Amino acid sequence: MAVFKFASCDGCQLSILNLEEDLLALGQALDIVYFPEASSAMRPGPYDIALVEGSITTAEDARRILTVRQQTKRLITIGACATAGGIQALRNWADVESFKQVVYPSPEFIQSLSTSTPISEHVHVDFELWGCPIDKTQLLRVLTDLVSGVQLRLPGDSVCLECKRRGNVCVLVAKGLPCLGPVTRTGCGAICPSMGRDCYGCFGPTEGGRKGPGFPPNTDSLAVRFHDDLQLIPIEVLRRFRGINGYADAFKQEGEKWERKK
Amino acid sequence: MAEDTSKARTISVGTIARVEGEGALRVTVKDGAVQDVELKIFEPPRFFEAFLQGRHYEEVPDIVARICGICPVAYQMSAVHAIEQVFGLQVDGALRDLRRLLYCGEWIESHALHVYLLHAPDFLGYDSGIAMAKDHAAIVSRGLRLKKAGNAMMTLLGGRSVHPVSVKVGGFSRVPSRRELESLRGELLWARDAAVETVRWVAGFDYPDFLSDYNYVALAHPDEYPFNEGDVVASSGLRISVNEFEQHFTEHQVGYSTALHCTLHGASYLVGPLARLNLNREHLTPLARQVLVDTGIALPLQNPFHGIIARSVEILFALEESLRLIERYESPPAPALPIVVRPGIGMACTEAPRGILYHRYEVDADGVIRMVKIVPPTSQNQSRIEQDLRLFLPRVLDRSNEEASLACERVIRCYDPCISCATHFLNLEIRRDQ
Repeated sequence: MAVFKFASCDGCQLSILNLEEDLLALGQALDIVYFPEASSAMRPGPYDIALVEGSITTAEDARRILTVRQQTKRLITIGACATAGGIQALRNWADVESFKQVVYPSPEFIQSLSTSTPISEHVHVDFELWGCPIDKTQLLRVLTDLVSGVQLRLPGDSVCLECKRRGNVCVLVAKGLPCLGPVTRTGCGAICPSMGRDCYGCFGPTEGGRKGPGFPPNTDSLAVRFHDDLQLIPIEVLRRFRGINGYADAFKQEGEKWERKK
Repeated sequence: MAEDTSKARTISVGTIARVEGEGALRVTVKDGAVQDVELKIFEPPRFFEAFLQGRHYEEVPDIVARICGICPVAYQMSAVHAIEQVFGLQVDGALRDLRRLLYCGEWIESHALHVYLLHAPDFLGYDSGIAMAKDHAAIVSRGLRLKKAGNAMMTLLGGRSVHPVSVKVGGFSRVPSRRELESLRGELLWARDAAVETVRWVAGFDYPDFLSDYNYVALAHPDEYPFNEGDVVASSGLRISVNEFEQHFTEHQVGYSTALHCTLHGASYLVGPLARLNLNREHLTPLARQVLVDTGIALPLQNPFHGIIARSVEILFALEESLRLIERYESPPAPALPIVVRPGIGMACTEAPRGILYHRYEVDADGVIRMVKIVPPTSQNQSRIEQDLRLFLPRVLDRSNEEASLACERVIRCYDPCISCATHFLNLEIRRDQ
């Protein structure tokens, strides 16, 4: 197994190290041969499994991911950046040249693409792990399934189901908070409502929760509820959808709809 | 990879391991003397300061956490304190204690990761903590369990350890009951003993004899070891309030790096555990002082390789502090203070595991962010790391290319650089003109 990093915060790689005692067991079940953040031993490919963290934001990285793909049997993205472009995909709706000027006194030295894009826009991805950060239990399950030759599958339904199982009072209904739980993929354990606040969509849009596999979530109805009942103005609705996973299809489209209304 | 020609000698190592983020080091050697040292950070820029403009202040803790997966709490803490300054809000009592407690969790998690998995392998001769575990299973397990204790505190207070969700301007979205906090006590008592063992263990390592004359910079608070509050002080004698930070510390860009370099009155300085420990030793606990005496460690520490000792002492301190805070905890009347939005500018500096982290925000009357400036610890240490490499390199120039490169990597790891924060992994290249 190899672990690669592109534009990211390192939090998903840290989730691997956070496996703690399971990390040592993992080190025995799998040969981790390339993981620069954790080890100086860096062996060249080919690799059976590559975990990829981060999004593509530079021309060099767009070339590097092609090399990773060529060397890898099963490529798995870990986290919101690799799977949907990440928070840094907010640049996709902005002028990157002006962004450079905000951050750097000499913007001409900064090599950066005008977009932050998910790995799947560049190469074939075998499986995607959502989350900002990924859930380490989901990661462990996927790795165990890979080693055992089981078909990879993770639930794609909404945070609401998990939230109900935990016995939380609905923060949207009871507190009037603009919770993204109804349209957000399960996996985090419904931690935001459990901590008394609204879900902000770290695990990206649900899949197949409404009409079956391949169908997007009903973001339209939720957005209207935010606007009509919770009195959010269009730019506030836009900000809800254009966040950590703002470049994921369903959230992207809903956000753009409200951008036109503002 | 080594290349020898009659004219020039270039050494380059693909990637420096066990640091967070991506970068490179280029060293130019001419006639046996070190010419240039460039710590080149090529972690792609993510432009946080730019896309925060136009976001609502309530979204800031969730967004800035994403600058760094290793120290998200630091980003959240500097942000909420700066925005609270704009709104004229002072968070005290149990809410202040809970913020210290959350920060203790992050220090323990981040320091235990660096001490056991990233740095100790250098002293014991392994490629990684996982490889080290094959011969030192009990020690690595102790480190992982320590780290887990820190993560457990963060998970209880913040919902999860990477990018916690409960921090907000004015307090928290939810606060724990006394009983919930007490559930941590048993493991924290074990961890305190394990932290004492950690200090004794690292004190016995073989350290290169390398002393440097540092200008240490850290927060200092009259009553306590600093986390969220205090003046910015330097061992050179400077003492300023956080609001004066930008009058003394200036960032400038170098062509070879996507991280900005920050200097104090034009000169390099050092932030992080060594600086904090040296400048705040009077606030150490009796147990931490006793362990230092027993192990023969005298402060101030002036050897960058002793960073691992400073981190271990801080793990011990953070555990004792956590136990103290839990002991006196009474649930606050509300999880957060009420907020009245008003426009203005606010600054804050807090002690991230790797050193001071400065934030400045301009907020408008609608609570929308108009301007952000963030100065992370690694960009502050960058010039000092280059300077130390320049001082260290003559010792290793007679060695083979490969050995010299490995020695430089070890120097860099002492500072626990977090390059994702500074932009922003390392490639090492030594050019030798002979």
